[in-house]
Amino acid sequence: MKATNRGYTRRKWVNRLMLGLSSIAAGLAILILALILGYTIIHGLSYFNLNFLTQAAKPVGEAGGGMRNEIFGTLILVGLGSIIALPIGLLAGIFLSEYASPRVASVVRFMADILAGVPSIVVGVFVYAIVVRPMHSYSALSAGVALAMIMIPVIARTAEESLRLVPNSMREAALALGITRWRAVIGVIIPGAMTGIITGVMLAVARIAGETAPLLFTALGSQFGVQGLLKPIGALPLQIFRYAMSPYKSENQQAWAGAFLLVILVLGISILVRWVSNRKRI
Amino acid sequence: MNTIIPNLVIPDNQTKTVIDNNKGILDVQNLSAWYGKTLAVKNISMSIKSQAIMSIIGPSGCGKSTFIRCLNRMHEVSHGGRVEGCIMLDGKDIYARDADPVVIRRRIGMVFQKPTSFPTMSVFDNVAAGLKLTRFWSHKMELEEVVERSLRKAALWDEVKDKLNQSGASLSGGQQQRLCIARAIAIEPEIILLDEPCSALDPASTLKIEDLMRTLVEQYTIVIVTHNMQQAARVSDMAAFFLMDQDRSGILIEYGPTSQLFTNPKDKRTEDYITGRFG
Repeated sequence: MKATNRGYTRRKWVNRLMLGLSSIAAGLAILILALILGYTIIHGLSYFNLNFLTQAAKPVGEAGGGMRNEIFGTLILVGLGSIIALPIGLLAGIFLSEYASPRVASVVRFMADILAGVPSIVVGVFVYAIVVRPMHSYSALSAGVALAMIMIPVIARTAEESLRLVPNSMREAALALGITRWRAVIGVIIPGAMTGIITGVMLAVARIAGETAPLLFTALGSQFGVQGLLKPIGALPLQIFRYAMSPYKSENQQAWAGAFLLVILVLGISILVRWVSNRKRI
Repeated sequence: MNTIIPNLVIPDNQTKTVIDNNKGILDVQNLSAWYGKTLAVKNISMSIKSQAIMSIIGPSGCGKSTFIRCLNRMHEVSHGGRVEGCIMLDGKDIYARDADPVVIRRRIGMVFQKPTSFPTMSVFDNVAAGLKLTRFWSHKMELEEVVERSLRKAALWDEVKDKLNQSGASLSGGQQQRLCIARAIAIEPEIILLDEPCSALDPASTLKIEDLMRTLVEQYTIVIVTHNMQQAARVSDMAAFFLMDQDRSGILIEYGPTSQLFTNPKDKRTEDYITGRFG
């Protein structure tokens, strides 16, 4: 009797200990996020001003200057990446959910998950080899291709997941009306999955907006602003990287402001995602 | 016309529906259907005559739904769905190699057990879906005309004419089911298949749909699967009784005029089922 009682006490304490440990771990995860956000906001906000958004970079020693060109460059790169990745990712998601046989689907899904896990620096080097080298120039286009490669599996998988959530009865109802599979997908299935698809696309955008590694060998960065899609181009994360490594204090400060802007951008997209996905779940 | 169903004498009251055109005749020949390796429906032959209501009754799992889904090639949409035998629609096999299921389904419409109105579409677009999603471009005037006509035929127009722009999901279950019927008849099929259309509805809505079937049958051939024997007896002209065979596949036990099947069944098993001794 006594032995069981002792065992019970021990089990009770182990239970409390594990509960406590996992709570601490959860708290740490939140704390890290809070620290990153707080640190970048505190440091970045003090150097963040209108000039930062509207002016181009100035040589060291000159006062002022901003990241206008790099902000513009990031917008172009994200746009380029999305234009390439959106149709491919969406169609791949449709294939996975609507057309592929279970076996083919599981193979493709596995491949997509591996692609999503490829380190982004590898994607950058790969695009350097297949786009930059043959074209003999670093370019915005090649950076767009690299970013698209990172986006495609994310969009494809989220699109597939949300298409699968549309009840099968909707597919059958559409087919029973003598509608072809493709028109049923466009007219009935995709509208039903729209919220999830938009969420996936925005998550993919948030993911690539801050990517630096794939831009190192593709976009390169540029001191001359945006010169066209076939020329090197600056980007926010690249410039943060350069300025943060710089020995000059003024450039370090600019890097903080850039980091602040990037964090706000990604945070904004995440909040937008939550808003979109909560909106139509009645 | 009695030759459609040999060996059966159709009483006079069953022939009152005047068959002015012989479109929409289904002739099922040795039909078997599988799910993967499981035989679900075994060797069924029957003729379904035009402009009449044919009801299919039988206990759960006897292949009624599988059979009706074979009639417009919806069975093959299910995973592993496979069919053998042939079904002649006005003399042409719908399972022939050159037969396009999309075309077949436009001639043979279907309404499911659960209302399947498209929740992302308005009431109007739901009814127009069959037209809109099969063309590139539609005249608005034509769509309006078809939608109103179909909703009137489905006895739903008066209830929804002021909320054509609301979501289809905002209607009640019974209204949604009639919306689905309106959507099915908007593409002007010859035959309408109803797979337990009333099992999710209350008695009042059920009655409305039964009345609707009686008016629709003047233009369409109707095949209805039902769990409800009273419903089959009330609405149908012809009735088929399905049962599970020893190998758990569905077989046709008896097929004939409803009045005969319910008052004077030829098969002992039909009688047992109808009198409620099992099932």
